[in-house]
Amino acid sequence: MHTSTRSYPAPGTPPALSLESVSATYRDRGETLLALDNVTLSIAPTEIVALVGPSGSGKSTLLDIVSGLFPESSGSVRIEGEQLALEQRLGHSAYMRQRDLLLPWRTALENAVLALDASGAKRKPSREFARQKFEDFGLAGFEDVYPAQLSGGMRQRVAFLRTILAGHSLLLLDEPFGALDALNRVSMQNWLTSYWQRDRHPVLLVTHDVDEAVFLADRVLVLSARPGTITHEEEISLPRPRHRNLIASPEYSRHRARLLAALGLIDEVAAS
Amino acid sequence: MKHRLLRWLLPVCILLAGFICWEIAVRVADTPRWMLPPPSAILRSFRDDRALLLANARVTLLEVVLGFAYALVAGVLTGMAIASSRLLERAIYPIVIASQTIPMVALAPLLLIWFGYGLTPKIIVTALVCFFPIAVSTVDGLRAVDRETLQMMRTFGAGPWMRFRLVSVPAALPSLFSGIRIAITFSVIGAVFGELVGASEGLGYLMQRAAAQFQTARVFAALFILAGMGVGLFALATLAERLLLPWRRFLIEDRENEE
Repeated sequence: MHTSTRSYPAPGTPPALSLESVSATYRDRGETLLALDNVTLSIAPTEIVALVGPSGSGKSTLLDIVSGLFPESSGSVRIEGEQLALEQRLGHSAYMRQRDLLLPWRTALENAVLALDASGAKRKPSREFARQKFEDFGLAGFEDVYPAQLSGGMRQRVAFLRTILAGHSLLLLDEPFGALDALNRVSMQNWLTSYWQRDRHPVLLVTHDVDEAVFLADRVLVLSARPGTITHEEEISLPRPRHRNLIASPEYSRHRARLLAALGLIDEVAAS
Repeated sequence: MKHRLLRWLLPVCILLAGFICWEIAVRVADTPRWMLPPPSAILRSFRDDRALLLANARVTLLEVVLGFAYALVAGVLTGMAIASSRLLERAIYPIVIASQTIPMVALAPLLLIWFGYGLTPKIIVTALVCFFPIAVSTVDGLRAVDRETLQMMRTFGAGPWMRFRLVSVPAALPSLFSGIRIAITFSVIGAVFGELVGASEGLGYLMQRAAAQFQTARVFAALFILAGMGVGLFALATLAERLLLPWRRFLIEDRENEE
């Protein structure tokens, strides 16, 4: 089992997220099954950490635990240095799932401010604030349009804007582009890196796309099949800002090959 | 636009053609008036009995509107209670369903005994008829609320009230409106049925009395007013749905484009 040992930008700044020996069980037809086994990880304040693993490795369970939706059976969860119990973690991170979950009866703008409405914020200022962000998200002119009239990529961007406007530093992304076709996915990844370059959030990204993980993340953790446990940690040495051309570089291929090997998808590669 | 006009024009044309055939058939066969009056006689009855028809229509409409309103409130509250907890569902749902198996024919005379000949028993019959589709559609609407969306709301720090107000209520409205449309067509039937059992005013009462006197044209006139009332109320419900749920149009348009 690997433990992350990364040094943080400013000494003394607590990690955005740290999990210590987190395990989780769930019940299936009367049987108690171990979903996550002793997972320890931490994310620095401006770091993107990707979590890859086969289906059923408990990746999504991990995000549910961090966001406060699913109870861990043991271990501790700290957000920005503060140890929080399950219920307390609700409303401490911004969680985005594969499905955009846009409410069909709200316009794009109203969907974007959903988290603010939920927190009881004043309607007008939050809408004005969100309106200014539409340009940045490539959504200018679509403020008052219903989700049914938007393309898949645009819907996902509205969902991402809603996640950002929730106002939490820590972003939990669960296969955020998984529902998009390959071309749309690549363009959303490009867009996300450039967005992140300006506004660096700590991100925990769950994906089963190794390319997505290498291209977006500073560090990639490999989760084993159930019970999920971290079997490999890959520090991504690619420079930032990231460009799509990097996928032709030898480092990119090396990272990719090592991760695929760690996932058992290709034979062991010689360390170079 | 052209499309919509055509949608209205078509049934109107068919109805008109039907009336013309009816008129000709009655005249050719020389059917006695008391058996089947021609549409022209019914039109005459509309003109001559205007005051009588209007006064009785007003009573029936009042019964329908009040009965429906009570059913709406009771149905939505019951539906919310059933959808809110398994325990309440087990306690209430079987009773709600069983209540539907009691024939109105058997219940209406009882209501007459208890509440007399006034408006109350008609309002109760109307409300009972409307209650079930409204309660069931509320339950269905609230149950179909997307679980993942509710979880997302929790991660936003939204409490139960906010989740209910921002997600469950708007998500359940389309289903509720389906129930309302069904209930509204039943409501007229309910009110007339209540009147037939025992009344001193209302279109159902008027029809019964006119039939006893073989004033068949008047029976038909009352019948057409009732049909118009049902259609009008249905249109009103559809209009309310369109105004309250403007986003539904886009979903429907999408589906039509795909077809």
